[in-house]
Amino acid sequence: MTQTPTPTPTAASAQGGPPSLGDGSSNGLVRRSSLTQNTLPSWLWIALLGGSIVLGAALSALLGFNLASFFIFTAAIYILSSYIVTRTRVNRRRATDGLWTNLVYLAFLIALMPLVSVIWSVASVGIPGLLAPGFMASDMQGITGLVDQASQTEGAPVLGGIAHALIGSLLITLAATAISVPIGLLTSIYLVEYARGGLLSRAITFFVDVMTGIPSIVAGLFAGAAMAWFLSVFSGVTGLLTTQRSTLGITAAIALSVLMVPVVVRTTEEMLRVVPNELREASYALGVRKWRTILKVVLPTAISGIASGVTLAIARVIGETAPILVTAGFVVNTNWNLFQGWMTALPVYIFRQFQNPTSPNFSDPSEQRAWAAALVLILIVMGLNLFARLIATLFAPKQTGR
Amino acid sequence: MSKRVDAVDLNVYYGDFLAVEGINISIDARAVTAFIGPSGCGKTTFLRSLNRMHEVLPGARVKGQLLLDGEDIYDPGVDPVTVRTQVGMVFQRPNPFPTMTIRENVLAGYKLNGARLSKSQSEEIVETSLRSANLWNEVKDRLDRPGSGLSGGQQQRLCIARTIAVKPDVILMDEPCSALDPISTLAIEDLIGELQQDYTVIIVTHNMQQAARVSQKTAFFNIAGTGKPGKLIEYNDTTAIFNTPQEKSTEDYVSGRFG
Ligand SMILES: Nc1ncnc2c1ncn2[C@@H]1O[C@H](COP(=O)(O)OP(=O)(O)OP(=O)(O)O)[C@@H](O)[C@H]1O
Ligand SMILES: [Mg+2]
Repeated sequence: MTQTPTPTPTAASAQGGPPSLGDGSSNGLVRRSSLTQNTLPSWLWIALLGGSIVLGAALSALLGFNLASFFIFTAAIYILSSYIVTRTRVNRRRATDGLWTNLVYLAFLIALMPLVSVIWSVASVGIPGLLAPGFMASDMQGITGLVDQASQTEGAPVLGGIAHALIGSLLITLAATAISVPIGLLTSIYLVEYARGGLLSRAITFFVDVMTGIPSIVAGLFAGAAMAWFLSVFSGVTGLLTTQRSTLGITAAIALSVLMVPVVVRTTEEMLRVVPNELREASYALGVRKWRTILKVVLPTAISGIASGVTLAIARVIGETAPILVTAGFVVNTNWNLFQGWMTALPVYIFRQFQNPTSPNFSDPSEQRAWAAALVLILIVMGLNLFARLIATLFAPKQTGR
Repeated sequence: MSKRVDAVDLNVYYGDFLAVEGINISIDARAVTAFIGPSGCGKTTFLRSLNRMHEVLPGARVKGQLLLDGEDIYDPGVDPVTVRTQVGMVFQRPNPFPTMTIRENVLAGYKLNGARLSKSQSEEIVETSLRSANLWNEVKDRLDRPGSGLSGGQQQRLCIARTIAVKPDVILMDEPCSALDPISTLAIEDLIGELQQDYTVIIVTHNMQQAARVSQKTAFFNIAGTGKPGKLIEYNDTTAIFNTPQEKSTEDYVSGRFG
């Protein structure tokens, strides 16, 4: 300890003169003004970090090098050493401040790790499959166990792709969006603009909360049962569609919209509530009717939040597996018709390729396709998130100049 | 183009709370009338009942008669939207529509109602409204920029332009200058003086000099205590209110000896 902790700011400044950083380094420094006396030069942190990395690598090498111990040692050494340096060279308050800042960064890094590692592992395993010729453009029709066996044993290219699953996911999610956005939007408009805290609005809020918690497989079973019931009643009354089965793309879309509606209601409700009341009143005061005010003032003001909320809801349901598996089934060929025949979605495709490889004894090609499909799914979800940000900024009310 | 306003035994409620009681007042057409009074005495509440904006709040209601050129706006058959097209309102805080350009803000009263305007018509409405709001010269080169990009005073004048664009008979202003600097305030006071030639203007203000400068008549409101309803204490020519008030509380208030 070369310096006692300074209890008050005045005491710190009364000391005058920059705290020396040891004989070697202080020569290299430009004379520092009295205002900068309590700071340490920024190269010091880089130097400390470099030292910690070297030391951490050395220590973890002693235990047989691995990334986890390397990370732990580096972080611990860096945090400790920067605390001690600040404590001895500046003062205790700054040291504690720095300690907590470093801990917060560390927590952030730790939180980031699963994400990075998922992306890394999926990308590293998935890219070869993604680059296989025709992976995005072909479906699984004609890909038999023999074809995969040839790929694995004779080095023939891995054939087959995800075109049918992509189309299925796209159509099912689009249909689910088309169903749930109007329902969700109108519900939240009712809740925010028309309901005056009555029984109905409280009941709706309660049931929307309950819906948020519905397990996705239950939504799938519900949609399947509802569609089966509807078809039996419909064919009983009209005598049409007597042979229609309930396993359809549209059934999966209904299942997904059960999951989407509460998310859309919740986000839209939030967005509508933050639209200032002043704008509604300004519109009323111009002699504009309520529904026009909602349509032309409230919704445009909230549109960026609503659109990005909807996009996030899509991103949330596009990865659902179970409800689509039980409602739309699984096929190897491309099906463009939501109302006829089975359909494959991307997550179901991944599941099936892992669980039931096309060739049970030679599963490598199936796994390669599954990983590549997983990579595509992650990319779609990331793309949707970026897209949500994009519309949030594009549609945001213009705020320039103020 | 401009109508007189008469309140007859008007009571204004928030739910069960009687905020303003027993107002009887005759407001002249083509004149500026100022409402003054201490905070919480119900000036805003009464003003908002003049164009049926009061009932927008849940539980808010009004009893009594409010005559616009002799026609009761609280008659059961009256559509509040019709009333609001005839009685425009400028709010305390400037509130241009953030999603609209300056031009669209001025035309908001037409556009939001789905009216179709020819290009020349809308050009003309935009120019005359902005000219009467003393804003034309400042914004004529940037009509297609967002309205929220203007200064606070310009935004307030934009809101006034938006209000006069729909040609109401009466214009209500609730402390229109309270968020503005002295120069913008002066601009708006000048504007009020001009508006008076065509409109019935009713303005709430906390600024006694402002009331004295812009208005011909002044109404003083007061409240007996918290939780009590606000009442109209005295209503007279502005010069009389400020120089020879009849009531003791008016005299205390206008001479700053209030409270
Ligand atoms: N939304 C509301 N719900 C219930 N009571 C309200 C509401 N708005 C105002 N009040 C009450 O009505 C009374 C009159 O309020 P008002 O806003 O009209 O006063 P004011 O004269 O405009 O005051 P200021 O000069 O501060 O603007 C006050 O007692 C206030 O608490
Ligand atoms: Mg007020």
